[in-house]
Amino acid sequence: MKKKRKPKLAVWKFSSCDGCQLTLLDCEDELLAVAENIEIANFPEASRHVVKGPYDLSLVEGSITTPHDAERIHQVRRSSKVLISIGACATAGGIQALRNFKDVREFTSIVYATPSYIETLNKSTSIADHVFVDFELRGCPISKHQLVEVLSAYLNGRKPATPTYSVCVECKRRGTVCGLVTHGPPCLGPVTQAGCNALCPSYHRGCYGCFGPKETPNTTSLSAYWMSLGMKNPDLLRLFRSYNAYAEPFRKESEAHEK
Amino acid sequence: MYRIEPDALNELIQSLQKERYTVIGPTLRGEAIVLDTITSASELPVGKTDEQSPAKYRLVDKAEKTFFGASVGPHSWKQFLFPPTLKIFSARKRGETFEVSEDIESPESSERYAFLGVRACDLSAIQIQDKVFGGGAYRDPAYLRLRHQAFIVAVNCTRAGGTCFCTSLRTGPRARVGFDLAITEVIDHGHYLLVEVGTDKGEAVLSSVTRRPAQDEEIEGAEHAIRAAAQLTGRSLEPDQTREILYSNTEHPRWDVVAQRCLSCANCTMVCPTCFCTNVEDVTDLTGSVADRVRKWDSCFTLDFSYIHGGSVRPSSRARYRHWITHKLASWVDQFGTTGCVGCGRCITWCPVGIDITEEFRVIRETYLLNARGKSST
Repeated sequence: MKKKRKPKLAVWKFSSCDGCQLTLLDCEDELLAVAENIEIANFPEASRHVVKGPYDLSLVEGSITTPHDAERIHQVRRSSKVLISIGACATAGGIQALRNFKDVREFTSIVYATPSYIETLNKSTSIADHVFVDFELRGCPISKHQLVEVLSAYLNGRKPATPTYSVCVECKRRGTVCGLVTHGPPCLGPVTQAGCNALCPSYHRGCYGCFGPKETPNTTSLSAYWMSLGMKNPDLLRLFRSYNAYAEPFRKESEAHEK
Repeated sequence: MYRIEPDALNELIQSLQKERYTVIGPTLRGEAIVLDTITSASELPVGKTDEQSPAKYRLVDKAEKTFFGASVGPHSWKQFLFPPTLKIFSARKRGETFEVSEDIESPESSERYAFLGVRACDLSAIQIQDKVFGGGAYRDPAYLRLRHQAFIVAVNCTRAGGTCFCTSLRTGPRARVGFDLAITEVIDHGHYLLVEVGTDKGEAVLSSVTRRPAQDEEIEGAEHAIRAAAQLTGRSLEPDQTREILYSNTEHPRWDVVAQRCLSCANCTMVCPTCFCTNVEDVTDLTGSVADRVRKWDSCFTLDFSYIHGGSVRPSSRARYRHWITHKLASWVDQFGTTGCVGCGRCITWCPVGIDITEEFRVIRETYLLNARGKSST
């Protein structure tokens, strides 16, 4: 029997911390199976051996923050059959999207000795803001389990099981006791997309919203309820303005508490 | 009826263990009383009770060293009989075809649970799930196996929890049927446990426990405590005409009001002891040679749950909340002959913004009664 050609995988980096692409190497047990079924053709974090494109599958990490990025992402798109953006930077602009709420020139003038050398965009934006994205995998960082799930779904031509409902569903399936109800706010679980298997609440922490807004998030109601318990605008602003600050529902909610 | 002393509760647990049961009971974990495996009475929440209100649950110390002084907590028995995640089958590629191994768990390997401390509301919930999973043409073998093997020690409530409303639904505070043993913990005139035998199985388990026949005043003491709990129940949900009320109010403005608050987070359905909705996920491994079908708790509050070709049937929170309460209180009656609500109050306590099913229904009901009165007067 003729062996099927392995699909060629490329991993691309834009503005990011590398944590998401390293999740691929963190797969450990599954890594050999990944390598057996996929040709890792362009993944500088893993190997300097680069196979020329085009690629069957591209994983794109990071957000678009420079004019150079904004051009390069189009090249990546052109050389990829399927493009999957991974992580909060690539899907929402990441923590660096905090600049979007300010004037970035003010930062560069303070941080850099010669700000004129810095060529940067005013906003940090997601990959989907620039090119067509076939699938967005959320998380800061992404979950290893979901990454393997997305890869096996791709290899087997099926839909990935990456639910868009709340973190609460995962908490309850695990039997974790709700921290919101037992010792009070803040926990973004009810407005955040599942995928991490409700990690932080299982360690007595509130959800930080790493996986971004869930489907139909009602951030207004959650904020209003917390304000009725005494939470103040600056606290709410900080809560919604983190790794997924520029994801629209979180952005709007934090802006509502800006006054 | 027997009287056993507090010390003898350990003997009961040992007797259950001798019968190869895994004993599950209320126990402290962090800031709440959950349900988990216990091996002795000291692991029960001794001297603890809870204060519950919408979106609020707090543990409080009691003066008395009671075992069962708290109300129902965040967990229910459904997580044991109807596990949150269950592999339904596994398929393996064999050349050009594939092999399916159904019935992953053999009857021998599935747990024999003894539930210690099942409240009357939760007992009703188990009976409702019996109908759901075992009543019709399509039965759930995993549920029925676990259920068939389970031993139930009910505990009658002598205190009304902050969000309870079993009395109005006539599902509590006393356990009437469906238990092997039922305990009433009395603390008024000395601390003792009154045990009622429900089945032969219960009698057999109790036979190795130090006990004596209860005296009339001891029985009266227990009855008095249960009656007091019924009288102190702070909430109510009028169970009559729920179908007429909800079916005739599908466009009530209240649905918009509740939708403004509802997070569609699904917590209410997850903590509900009768909600039974699931999704099945088919997952393959990377090589494509193994595929598993996994059943997971799902909820009518998620978009995907009602997703069919072209989109979700219930895209708005308004539609989803209305659907949930209408199923729970009205169409459930058409399906299974009772409401799907047992008055345990969990959906009220564990809703992160404190939406109260009794209050939402009361508003709709008032409109219905007003309209009915209006019609009869013209």
